Amino acid sequence: MFLEYLNIVLYDLLKITALLVPVLIAVTMIIWLDRRVWGAVQLRKGPNVVGPFGLLQTVADALKYIFKEVIIPIHANKVIFIIAPIVTMSLALIAWAVIPFSETLVLANINVGILYIFAVSSLGVYGIIMAGWASNSKYPFLGALRSAAQMVSYEVSIGFIIINVLLCAGSLNLVDIVLAQKNIWYAIPLFPMFVIFFISALAETSRPPFDLPEAEAELVAGYQTEYSGMMYALFWLGEYANILLLCGLGSVLFLGGWLSPIDIYPFNAIPSPLWLIFKILFLFILFALVKAIVPRYRYDQLMRLGWKVFLPFSLFWVVLTAAFLYFFNLLPK
Amino acid sequence: MKIKFSRILKIIFLSEFVKGLYLAFIYMFKRRATINYPFEKGSISPRFRGEHALRRYPDGEERCIACKLCEAVCPAQAITIEAELSEDGSRRTTRYDIDMLKCIYCGLCQESCPVDAIVQGPNFEFATETREELYYNKEKLLENGDKWEKELAHNIKVDKSFR
Repeated sequence: MFLEYLNIVLYDLLKITALLVPVLIAVTMIIWLDRRVWGAVQLRKGPNVVGPFGLLQTVADALKYIFKEVIIPIHANKVIFIIAPIVTMSLALIAWAVIPFSETLVLANINVGILYIFAVSSLGVYGIIMAGWASNSKYPFLGALRSAAQMVSYEVSIGFIIINVLLCAGSLNLVDIVLAQKNIWYAIPLFPMFVIFFISALAETSRPPFDLPEAEAELVAGYQTEYSGMMYALFWLGEYANILLLCGLGSVLFLGGWLSPIDIYPFNAIPSPLWLIFKILFLFILFALVKAIVPRYRYDQLMRLGWKVFLPFSLFWVVLTAAFLYFFNLLPK
Repeated sequence: MKIKFSRILKIIFLSEFVKGLYLAFIYMFKRRATINYPFEKGSISPRFRGEHALRRYPDGEERCIACKLCEAVCPAQAITIEAELSEDGSRRTTRYDIDMLKCIYCGLCQESCPVDAIVQGPNFEFATETREELYYNKEKLLENGDKWEKELAHNIKVDKSFR
């Protein structure tokens, strides 16, 4: 009896490792890619010294952080201060459980996959608020307040965007959502929603132009100001894991997940996880390009965009999609 | 407040943003401006005012005649010269010190020199670990001159018509 349980636990642990190790490696590679693309746009070379093409730069940076001293401010709330980066990092990682890499290659094929992701990404703001509050210092606190407001506002519009997709797919299961895109990727009929999802994802992960929580010109480094060493690195990795997750979510919801663009020979011969990786990479390069070209939003502009533009627009589009599907009898069974 | 219709269209279709993305995409494939510094170096003008050097004539005789024009003209007063008559009756420096930390690399010493003895060469990589190493004396300057003579002579030749 006990051994049976142990077997199941060990098997699941193995599966989790098999998912998380590639994700973590991907995160380090994606930081490198981000810096390379950013550099390339500015006619620089970016990191190109450590390892082939500088690929190991992030590993070197992480090693540096590991060997640095972790400084805890004297007035900080120690427990929460230490928990905060752990929460950020682990929340960014656990959401990967439901991302399907192919029809069968998914860690947890649960029926409420999208709700799960949504719940986890809403929790993500806690890591930042905890960090800002526990630091007991003004810049982290301001950064945390900003990011809390920002993430909450954009989560609302992301919610409505997801409802659009759900209306078309008729399921909360990510595998079913991908399979429903067999005929046409949702990025095409729902193109405006795709664009808004992309922009909201930028805000959700506090990437430029929405990097107000860590606006270095005003807030030093926002909620990360008091962090050092490995705890800072955890924030950093968690942030990129989150970006990767939202790229993954975007490609699952709008770009047909693991499906090949056209179902003919040379394309469908490529293994399906690779397609998902291509799509994530495509979205991520867009993320990186955006980082290179835009200035930072002002705080009130950010709020205006979230509440006065995206929210009504996506709500309107939900009504439009629902009406369209209803009148043309296209509602999924 | 009147907002033009075309402006609204621009905002809705994110045209500026898309233009920016396009531009960024084009720039991604342009030639990089970066030089991998310790391995590659940018080109340097023959007028570049780098590390100082005292030159010699081809037969090995020091050019410097101890006229002290450089010492006089030096705005940072970085140069110290002492001179006396040598055995063959010519004026020679016994001491020629440049405090490289005082020096502002203005190039006036080179300009004032009637015999092209003190020059500023193309070398700018002479960082040291202690301050003392940057108090150059005559020996060090002459050594520099011997080391960089080829480049120094070339630079003077190239720049001659402009002087």
